[in-house]
Amino acid sequence: MEQDRAFPVASLALAAIASVAMGIAGAPWWLAFAVFLVWAGSLWLAVAAPPRAVEPVSNGTFNRDDMGEFIEHAGTPLLVAENGRISIANKAARNLLGAHVLGQDIRVAFRHPEAVSLLERGQSGQAAVQGLVRRRDIWILNFQRLTDGLGVIELLNQTAEADISRAHTDFVANASHELRTPLSSIIGYVETLREDGGKAPPEMRRKFLDTVLSEAKRLQNLVNDLMSLSRVEAEKHDLPQEELPLRELVETAARDAAGPDRQDRVTLDCTGGIAIRGDARQIEQLVRNLVDNALKYGAAGETVTVTLRRLPEAEAELTVTDKGEGIAPEHLPHLTRRFYRTDPSRSRASGGTGLGLAIVKHIVERHRGRLDIQSKLGQGTSVIVRIPLVEGGEADTAPEGLS
Amino acid sequence: MTEHTVKAFDEDITRLRGLIAEMGGLAEVAVQNAMDALVKGDDALAKKIIEGDKKIDALESEVDKLAVRVIALRAPMADDLREVIAALKIAGVVERIGDYSKAIAKASREIADRKRFEPLTLLPAMGELAAEMVHDVLTAYGARDAALAREVIAADRKVDNFYNSIFRNLVSHMVENPSTISTAAQLLFVARNIERIGDHATNVAEMVHFAATGTYPVDDDL
Repeated sequence: MEQDRAFPVASLALAAIASVAMGIAGAPWWLAFAVFLVWAGSLWLAVAAPPRAVEPVSNGTFNRDDMGEFIEHAGTPLLVAENGRISIANKAARNLLGAHVLGQDIRVAFRHPEAVSLLERGQSGQAAVQGLVRRRDIWILNFQRLTDGLGVIELLNQTAEADISRAHTDFVANASHELRTPLSSIIGYVETLREDGGKAPPEMRRKFLDTVLSEAKRLQNLVNDLMSLSRVEAEKHDLPQEELPLRELVETAARDAAGPDRQDRVTLDCTGGIAIRGDARQIEQLVRNLVDNALKYGAAGETVTVTLRRLPEAEAELTVTDKGEGIAPEHLPHLTRRFYRTDPSRSRASGGTGLGLAIVKHIVERHRGRLDIQSKLGQGTSVIVRIPLVEGGEADTAPEGLS
Repeated sequence: MTEHTVKAFDEDITRLRGLIAEMGGLAEVAVQNAMDALVKGDDALAKKIIEGDKKIDALESEVDKLAVRVIALRAPMADDLREVIAALKIAGVVERIGDYSKAIAKASREIADRKRFEPLTLLPAMGELAAEMVHDVLTAYGARDAALAREVIAADRKVDNFYNSIFRNLVSHMVENPSTISTAAQLLFVARNIERIGDHATNVAEMVHFAATGTYPVDDDL
């Protein structure tokens, strides 16, 4: 430290004066000089070992490494930019943007014009950036200027919020689109039949009428599905009270869903004596939707297995397994969204409304159950529904009173 | 990349890469906006794209100047030289992508009666694919990721298939409705432009591959 090495001018002057005084007083010159040397030497020793100054406590100025460690494990992606280059990127940021951004120009990491103009301005501020990593995601880029050329960039993911508001508008748009498609073909065919005035050959008329009928039925299914969806959604919060023997219900519903033509494709393997509290119509619909899906999207001619088991943790487990081509993993999280289709053209061709699994999900939720979908490409899909049992319920033998 | 002994060179290369990324960001947004303007018939947006292209052009000349200066002053070797050469070429290609977006924006103003054209539902999907290619190739450039660059090259086939089906679709539309030929022809140009955007994204991908590995990817498109 600077003040430790300060030259003790006053003390040295005193020593010098003392020596000179000794000389004047008649002491031999070498003695006076020796006294001066010893005096000065003692001063030098005292100065060389000064009392250690107490180091001032740091008032929070970080160096760069501290800053890096400080933000490393933050959940939000954080970056530090220095003179237009990225000098620190925490773990979340490296995962998001790739480790290569370290040391690169900021624009390599954020090339969106909004972000570039914000960062070039060098003032604190925000910018919304679309398509930072994937094309549809939305991030808010929050830039905080610290000193000249040094700034912190925080990234906030807004994709989910945008998704929710989009989902609402999408639902209305989708629903009207889905309703309009069958209507236009019904109108088209009926108009043709009317204008033609009965001149068309009967087999052609029958074909047209068949199309009109099937489209009208599709429309009816869709309206029914929409209604049950909104009903289930409305009742979502009140737990059903009716006690249901599950086995009969599942077997009837599964056969019902298969219809006379596809009866032999369904294999039932149900354990009796399982009772849950539920809404009979909704459970029936759940089984119908699942079995119908499995038959529709499973490979033609392959069997669909419906299993009902009692799990040790007081739950009923219903599994519907098909041997189809399976569902790609990226579709799995979205399957229960309304009108979500992995392959729209195939779903429409087979008369799907795009609402089946959405209804299933809501029914399961209302019964305080769980829905799992497991799928392996090329092997098939299993849909597993778990619903809590009635405590000690043996509904098959003796119906107990509601407690 | 390891640091260079000459720090100024390091800074030049970083700046060059930053400029390319900035150009790319502008071009990427231009492609997306052009498709939006086309579908919605948004003339104001189209005008914005046409004006925004000037910025891309200005950046290109900046990249050119910087690249030439780096070569003249620093005489880079090996991967550094590849980097600079690739930057030079990529800048040219990205500028073309910007031009195609501008052309789409211009065409979008000429299109009347949007509801009657079925291809207008196909074009956005095609545009989306092309925009995704541009996005991915710029990410590959930033990360020097040769594998991602090869994926982009593979994706071009899908854009080409789209182009072929839209072409057939539009030609039959023109035969059936001669009154709409001028609009249909505009749409054909738009499809062509999108297809070119895809091709140019592929070119950039080849440059990225070259800069990263020193070789061009094997071209199996015969």
